[in-house]
Amino acid sequence: MDTGLLIEKSVLVVLLFLVSLGIAAYSTYFERKLAAWIQDRVGPDRAGPFGILQPIADGTKMFLKEDFIPKNADKWLFIIGPGIAMFTALITSAIIPWGTDLELFGRQITLQVTDFNIGILYLFAVLSISVYGIMIGGWASNNKYSLFGAIRASSQMISYELAMGISTITIIMMSSSLSLSDIVEKQHGMNWNVFYQPICFLVFFICSLAETNRAPFDLPECENELIGGYHTEYSSMKLGLYLFSEYTAMFVSSAVMAILFFGGYNFPGMDNFSGNTLAILSVIAFFTKIFIFIFVFMWIRWTIPRFRFDQLMHLGWKVLIPLSIVNMLITGIVIAFNQGWFNN
Amino acid sequence: MNSLTNRKKVVSDKPMTFTEKMYLWAIAKGMMVTLKHMLRRRKTIKYPEETRVFAPVYRGMHVLKRDEEGRENCTACGLCAVACPAEAITMVAAEREKGEEKLYREEKYAEKYEINMLRCIFCGLCEEACPKEAIFLTDRIVPTEFDRNDFIYDKEKLVEPLNDRIDITKRQHTGKRSQI
Repeated sequence: MDTGLLIEKSVLVVLLFLVSLGIAAYSTYFERKLAAWIQDRVGPDRAGPFGILQPIADGTKMFLKEDFIPKNADKWLFIIGPGIAMFTALITSAIIPWGTDLELFGRQITLQVTDFNIGILYLFAVLSISVYGIMIGGWASNNKYSLFGAIRASSQMISYELAMGISTITIIMMSSSLSLSDIVEKQHGMNWNVFYQPICFLVFFICSLAETNRAPFDLPECENELIGGYHTEYSSMKLGLYLFSEYTAMFVSSAVMAILFFGGYNFPGMDNFSGNTLAILSVIAFFTKIFIFIFVFMWIRWTIPRFRFDQLMHLGWKVLIPLSIVNMLITGIVIAFNQGWFNN
Repeated sequence: MNSLTNRKKVVSDKPMTFTEKMYLWAIAKGMMVTLKHMLRRRKTIKYPEETRVFAPVYRGMHVLKRDEEGRENCTACGLCAVACPAEAITMVAAEREKGEEKLYREEKYAEKYEINMLRCIFCGLCEEACPKEAIFLTDRIVPTEFDRNDFIYDKEKLVEPLNDRIDITKRQHTGKRSQI
């Protein structure tokens, strides 16, 4: 194997790891700030200027707390639960194309850890594994509330994965590729999928909220019914990992939405640039889109109250799935029509 | 009949239309409300750095005044303790000895003077009752303590320090006192 390639990919992996963790950490800060602003408060402002050291203080606090394992908990599963949650949240970023090619030291560097030709399948596989972290954690705690949280998480996952998958199939049909980099390249410039598939985007967006367990779909951890839901029994950095993985998942699913519907790293007027300038600008454009999505996620969280569980199931099975199926069928017919299937 | 306020609304439970059932418009409206709040100016006063501006008649921690020559005004008549509805004030009187004329204005003075700040309701009746202009409520705030006993303020905490006079002119010019 080419050593240069190995170094290049390792650097990219480490960088992505740090960036994901950093963004997840600062999402917690920004979430608290945004919640405060929406509620006419100031929010954390004591640690450092404007409180920007707050995530570091929170992290330190998490590490210094007592790491408690309940007596009747399944120790092995109890420990592995938060690990799975964090692991699955992080590995999704491997297939995301972060920008156009960069030229450094005479090498063409692709800003994507690996260009799977079945990237979307990998994505969905990882997304469905991610619920195992929650399920195992909730089960191993040996606590009714935790178990309830875990059950809710898994049933919610099943109901929303379907609609999400079907709406993604629509996008796959339009770009006729399963590779994320192909999908992004098809949306060159301002040719974004959201303009062709607004309903599909809406379904996907709602499902993303449900998949990342964000409000108004945060039933697995709803505080006022289930204390803390699946992480009721967790303390110290294990709890920290759960909370962290939620924010990392939010970051990754924002990235996925930006790729599938908002053209990934494409931005209007990108043909005027080339080489490294284009690469840097494209990364900036991509991250801007991600941050806007994270902002909208949080904005929704502090606006809309939580669903009741039957409403959640109703929305998933009776509204979103039929809607996405109809949308897929119509898209299929239009594509077939454009390719001349009905001409003879 | 007409309502007085014109804000009366007739409540109805007619079934929702299709657009209403989608909730999207309602959600968008709700998000606009939160956005408006997000961009609004915050009214928070960040306490240790900024302090709220007190009204001139604010009734905070008490002070036992000295006169211009630095003598204590209090003559331990006990009217403040009698006036106090919360029974927060106690005192022990003593006679002024020879050579203490520089310390106390009257022949009788308070040897001990204690106000229990947990009992005090900051009504200001003590300063109204005082015939010697000795006790005043100021715009200072009673600080927090860990022990209940620390809230019983003695003369050391109450009497105005000589080198750090406390301004009470604002309270002298308000209410009943200004009419005298």
